[in-house]
Amino acid sequence: MVYGPHTPDDRSRMLAALGIASVDELFEVIPPAVRARPMDLPPGLTELELMARLRTLAGHNRVDLASFLGAGVYRHHLPPVVDQVLLRGEFYTAYTPYQPEISQGTLQTIYEYQSLLAELTGLDVVSASHYDGATATAEAALMTCRATRRDRVLVSRGVHPQARRTLETYFGGGDLEFDEVPLVTEGPDAGTTDLAALGRLLADPARPVAGVLAAQPNVLGLLEPMAEISRLTHAAGALFVAAVEPISLAVLAPPAAYGADIAAGEGQPLGIPPQYGGPYLGILACRDSLVRQIPGRLIGMTSDEEGRRAYVMTMRAREQDIRREKAASNICTNQALCALAAAVYVAALGPGGLRDVAATGASRAAELAAALEEAGAPRLHPGAYLNEFAVRVPDAVAVHRRLLRRGILAGIPLAELEPGDPSLVDGLLVCATECTTPEEIELFAWALRDELGARPGVPVAASAEGVR
Amino acid sequence: MIPSDLRYTKEHEWIRVAGDEATVGITQHAADQLGDIVFVELPEPGHRLEQFATFGVVESVKAVSDLFAPVSGEVLEGNAGLNAMPEVVNSDPYGAGWMLRMRLSDPGEVEQLLDAAAYEALTAEG
Amino acid sequence: MSVTGPKLQPTLFELSGSGRAAGRRIPAPPADALDRLPAAARRVIPAALPEVDEASLVRHYVNLSQLNWGVDTGFYPLGSCTMKYNPKVNEWAARLNGFAALHPLAPDETAQGTLELLWELERDLAAISGMDAVTLQPAAGAHGELTGILVVRAYHRARGDLERTEVLVPDSAHGTNPATASMAGFRTVNIPSAPDGGIDLDAFRAALGPRTAAIMITNPSTLGLFERRIVELIELVHAAGALAYMDGANLNAILGRFRPGDAGFDVMHFNVHKTFSTPHGGGGPGAGPVGVRAPLIPFLPAPRVLREPDGTFRLEREGERPASIGRVRGHVGSVGILVRAWAYIRAHGADGLREVSDDAVLAANYLRGRLAADGAYEVPYPGPCAHEFIASGAGLKRATGVRTLDVAKRLIDKGYHPPTIYFPHTVDEAMLIEPTETERLETLDAFADALLEIAREARDTPELVTSAPHSAPVRRLDEATAARQPNLRWRPASIAPGADA
Repeated sequence: MVYGPHTPDDRSRMLAALGIASVDELFEVIPPAVRARPMDLPPGLTELELMARLRTLAGHNRVDLASFLGAGVYRHHLPPVVDQVLLRGEFYTAYTPYQPEISQGTLQTIYEYQSLLAELTGLDVVSASHYDGATATAEAALMTCRATRRDRVLVSRGVHPQARRTLETYFGGGDLEFDEVPLVTEGPDAGTTDLAALGRLLADPARPVAGVLAAQPNVLGLLEPMAEISRLTHAAGALFVAAVEPISLAVLAPPAAYGADIAAGEGQPLGIPPQYGGPYLGILACRDSLVRQIPGRLIGMTSDEEGRRAYVMTMRAREQDIRREKAASNICTNQALCALAAAVYVAALGPGGLRDVAATGASRAAELAAALEEAGAPRLHPGAYLNEFAVRVPDAVAVHRRLLRRGILAGIPLAELEPGDPSLVDGLLVCATECTTPEEIELFAWALRDELGARPGVPVAASAEGVR
Repeated sequence: MIPSDLRYTKEHEWIRVAGDEATVGITQHAADQLGDIVFVELPEPGHRLEQFATFGVVESVKAVSDLFAPVSGEVLEGNAGLNAMPEVVNSDPYGAGWMLRMRLSDPGEVEQLLDAAAYEALTAEG
Repeated sequence: MSVTGPKLQPTLFELSGSGRAAGRRIPAPPADALDRLPAAARRVIPAALPEVDEASLVRHYVNLSQLNWGVDTGFYPLGSCTMKYNPKVNEWAARLNGFAALHPLAPDETAQGTLELLWELERDLAAISGMDAVTLQPAAGAHGELTGILVVRAYHRARGDLERTEVLVPDSAHGTNPATASMAGFRTVNIPSAPDGGIDLDAFRAALGPRTAAIMITNPSTLGLFERRIVELIELVHAAGALAYMDGANLNAILGRFRPGDAGFDVMHFNVHKTFSTPHGGGGPGAGPVGVRAPLIPFLPAPRVLREPDGTFRLEREGERPASIGRVRGHVGSVGILVRAWAYIRAHGADGLREVSDDAVLAANYLRGRLAADGAYEVPYPGPCAHEFIASGAGLKRATGVRTLDVAKRLIDKGYHPPTIYFPHTVDEAMLIEPTETERLETLDAFADALLEIAREARDTPELVTSAPHSAPVRRLDEATAARQPNLRWRPASIAPGADA
């Protein structure tokens, strides 16, 4: 057997103890008509062959590009100490901590994760994590409906499209409905949530709103007027959900500061590599008064019978194994190892380090914006941004592909970020982090200038190699 | 052991009637089955109750149970003391562990409930 | 767990000290980096995050890990969880930079390696299960259940049938099944089990009707029994116009022996963190792929992974398949976990996987036989079990007052992680024991000996059992206070009495 210990002798002894001749007898209960058809799988590989095949597959991915792609998933410096902790077998091969006496390791690390995110968001109740930012955002919307007993939610188009689509699926076909709040199209607030439109949507007395969702920074990288959105939301008796990016919380006002009732977000930037989409970390936090509405696990501190400090899964009666069909959510897991990665990452950076990561990204982004403007691609929106923004690029999809061939991943064309939105056609959404080098910025600007024809006559063949 | 002046439901609620008002709670048997009670969710004053329909939830560490109204009527008051000390439902379910006071809309419904002997027999069956 | 084991650890916050370098991780940014941000958007009060030197940080986590129990520590017979060995080559595979550094929104042409792996894994799971197509998008088993039931809903709606508002679930089902039905807008109808632990066909027949959207069945069941009436049940379901969903949590019992698609199941989910060895991580992350028969393919979540005629791979574009239920999460799947599952399947091949189930079922029956022969614990449901079995401490409780909870805690003293207890709810004082195929025979025997020894202790010195565990770092936690007065985050005043620094 590939990973198991049984020898033919072991099997004989077990069969003898059971008084049967062959293991086939244990499967006789399966009706003959549906007994196994062969499984069409390639033959098993030895470890050597397996590793060779995996190297080949991994080698077919292009991860050597100068990348300016963000849109909710960001490349950050990952301190190696994070992975060292994740590789401790007692952490990663453990199950859910149902027996707290022998799971204090897992329980305490998750309690610490909850505490760290409580500090970052300013909200005291943080779940042990949801699947990812998109599902956390969808569940936050459902929370507002349960808590207010209303059935309508407003979602700004500044919230990431992936989260909005997931919310749409979670809401689909039930009695719940949602409307999107448009973004301002022109002027100094272009690209941010249209407050006048929000006000009108909130004002319909026949359709009271349970919750309003807005993102900070928003999908276009812009800073939103969160305090004002919060005020309008509460004036209508609704709850305010802030969709947040965790690194930015080191330098931007946190959800509690502008009155958010619930915060949701993608925790991938906290020590988790991009991995083509997961596993990620769904951050979900709320005010104390909403604790009974939050789905997912909660770890609490308590004491044991001898007064020692101890940690335990608590308020379990909310969860599916007890509430069953009345549970707020069917979630049965958390992204425990990802939450551990996030906690180690935040602890490894410290408050100063986390601020530096955010500030360096902002600084590089400003350099990027200047370089791209000079290359002929100015920012699409005038508002403030942290480390991500959209630039005007005619025929952006084609330019993006040509830049790809030069070894540059020029963010994402807006047309691909949100297909079907005609106002987002001619632009690229780009970002910078502390990993973005001046050389990469120079390469991008140089190549873009070339593509846009700002310096006609420079041969396209003078490509990436020289600069890199 | 089981108070003889109360009436009971099959779902282990008790009711103490005084004129057209009443007090409602859960029995010791129910509290014992649930274990350490950690939270009780009760309706607001003014909420309309319907006989045998659910009106709230009682949670313990390991279980959760719906609460069923013994009779129809209107909630006058929920026991706010249970917010801070839900454990009093375990220690004094017929006294300080009361859950809500209500006004009855149809006192005749009380006849449909079990008396102490019948409830005792029900719980003896296990 | 020894009495002189590692000490409990203070929190990161208590280790913190102003100025304790967390390390010079990145160069300092310019001092004016944030000046261009409007003051109203800036954070005023810094987050009080801990400042801990790396050495102390590492000791903190190493010591915490030693307070934990994993499959790498010892036997972990948690029924319905399949705590099998997690191969280390899979950890290497997931960490390959080509897989780890790839951005989910990167253009298809830069993601050909991952797309090919995902496409192959879909086909592998389809081959294993007899389904026609698979989505790898769901992030967990419960998420897969939700996805599968949303596909069922979309299927009925597309047929114009809006009357199907109920999902039938056996009373022995895992709590996620009814919770999933509710999330998808269905009413759950609970069907009692038959005395032999199987499905009560008559009860199902009575409940099936024009309002039934689907039944959700775990097979083998949560009692560790293969459902011998499965073919008739599915025929009844289809005759009523409903669909059959299989909860694949117990797939480890039937690899190479039974394919749900062959029996007529329309939709199912897999738990790759159970059957396919991806690590449980202390509660996650896992992944819950969903397999469907052909009529349900149009409704699968988007985007699907497609293979072009020229052999390259791409993701579906938005709007390319309008009947899809849409996305159920931000991106295409928990790829880091799926890489591990792919590697596990490819290391085994068909013969290897069949051997996995053979050994898992043999080990469970052997262990069950050891306990049944003694009689100290009741072992209901005669006849072979699947990869797990139920034992009950009901008789022990009647005779000695010692409960299954106490037996579980005493097992910790004996050096074992307890099995699943008090699930399924349909058995009194239940223990659900699943040894898996990766445990030595000596371990199975030693575990049986330990359980039987505890039964003797229950008779002779019950106090020893009811006050267990004696050797764990903490013992019998106050869960009532934890729920009544929740302390869910660190605050400086929250130091409990007796805490060691």
